[in-house]
Amino acid sequence: MQLYRDQGVVLRTWKLGEADRIVVLMTKGHGKVRAVAKGVRKTRSKFGSRLEPTSHIAVQLYPGRELDTVTQVDSIDHFRAIRDDLDLLARAVPLLEAVDQLALEGEPNRRLYEMLVGALRTLADEGSPLVVPGFFLKALALEGFRPVVDHCVSCGATEDLVAFDEDAGGVLCRSCRRGGAISPDALSLLQRILGGQLGSALSEPPGPASHEVEVLATRLLEHHLERRLRSVDVGLAG
Amino acid sequence: MSVYAGPVQDLIDELGRLPGVGPKSAQRIAFYLLKLPTADATRLADAITEVKARVAFCERCFNIAEGPECGICSDPRRDTHLICVVEEPRDIVAVEKTGEFRGRYHVLQGAISPIEGIGPDQLKVAELVARLEPEDVTEVILCTNPNIEGEATAMYLSRLLKPLGLKVTRIASGLPVGGDLEYADELTLGRALEGRRELEPDGD
Ligand SMILES: [Zn+2]
Ligand SMILES: [Zn+2]
Repeated sequence: MQLYRDQGVVLRTWKLGEADRIVVLMTKGHGKVRAVAKGVRKTRSKFGSRLEPTSHIAVQLYPGRELDTVTQVDSIDHFRAIRDDLDLLARAVPLLEAVDQLALEGEPNRRLYEMLVGALRTLADEGSPLVVPGFFLKALALEGFRPVVDHCVSCGATEDLVAFDEDAGGVLCRSCRRGGAISPDALSLLQRILGGQLGSALSEPPGPASHEVEVLATRLLEHHLERRLRSVDVGLAG
Repeated sequence: MSVYAGPVQDLIDELGRLPGVGPKSAQRIAFYLLKLPTADATRLADAITEVKARVAFCERCFNIAEGPECGICSDPRRDTHLICVVEEPRDIVAVEKTGEFRGRYHVLQGAISPIEGIGPDQLKVAELVARLEPEDVTEVILCTNPNIEGEATAMYLSRLLKPLGLKVTRIASGLPVGGDLEYADELTLGRALEGRRELEPDGD
């Protein structure tokens, strides 16, 4: 077994024994990796706080039968703006949870990795409320479940799109309507996010439409994962 | 689907609910216990029964207590204006060892962890707020772990408590004594630089 190097984002960690931690990484080249970091909880650990969720790191690992072992860690970006701001942190964690659910061990998914790094960076730099829903929608599209937002999923009409149904996988016109209602502003945001204008959508100030898109994107992702995201709504909003 | 007969499966299920014990370990421990002499197994069962009967959590601070209140809360020499907030009872032991703190504690019994779905409602936060006025608390020291969950908890509590007119402080999470600067990670080093203090002009 050969040591290998990669870059990754720490998705989650949990305690193992007295002083170790298991860390789950989304890596650039090896997909999702579960590894043990020995002695990381000791205050003199050379890993320090590099192996905390949200950290973007360059890592060296030794492959193991069940778990790889972290042998070296360098920080690429610790996204301090996120770590020091409870609101940003509360929004970053659902990104990590979503990737933990979507990514598979031993299956490289470089695009998803790059999207995650990009989303964390945007969140740290601008804090736009649409970073998380934008990421969810793009990740679903990457999985092959791009919601239909340009025309009615049932009859193809392009006018009077008033409803969104996650079972149907997109928007519906007034005569085919089912699922929940969607406002014209939220629909326009959805179309821009999925139509290659994510940047312009991100610069929109927070408002009812961005909140609507947030709720809708979470519902859609949860529908696809067939489970609830635990990190959404833990009661940190201030 | 359970492979084992009733009582064995029950034991595996119960063990599997312990922190850090996965299904495989639960199975391994269960079979270890099955092979144990009856006297040894009974002693373990008794120890669990005994601790549950005699030891509970302090009604005031949620430290481990042998009565309604823990030894610290019932000690009249402790300064009641000062509360040190920790995650777990074992953290009290660590702070007590320093001999530097003469106030009382409040044990949250965990930390905010969005990814585990643990928010303030799952912790003893409301109980902390309820203590502030009756105990005439003037300062709260946030002594949560220097990891992401502990930091999130400290940020949440500081935002909750500061508007109440209290002094809220956070233990400095600087460079560990005995650690080499070259091993310090960038986040810790950056925070330590911000919290730097002026050196006395005459040295020392
Ligand atoms: Zn239609
Ligand atoms: Zn007490």
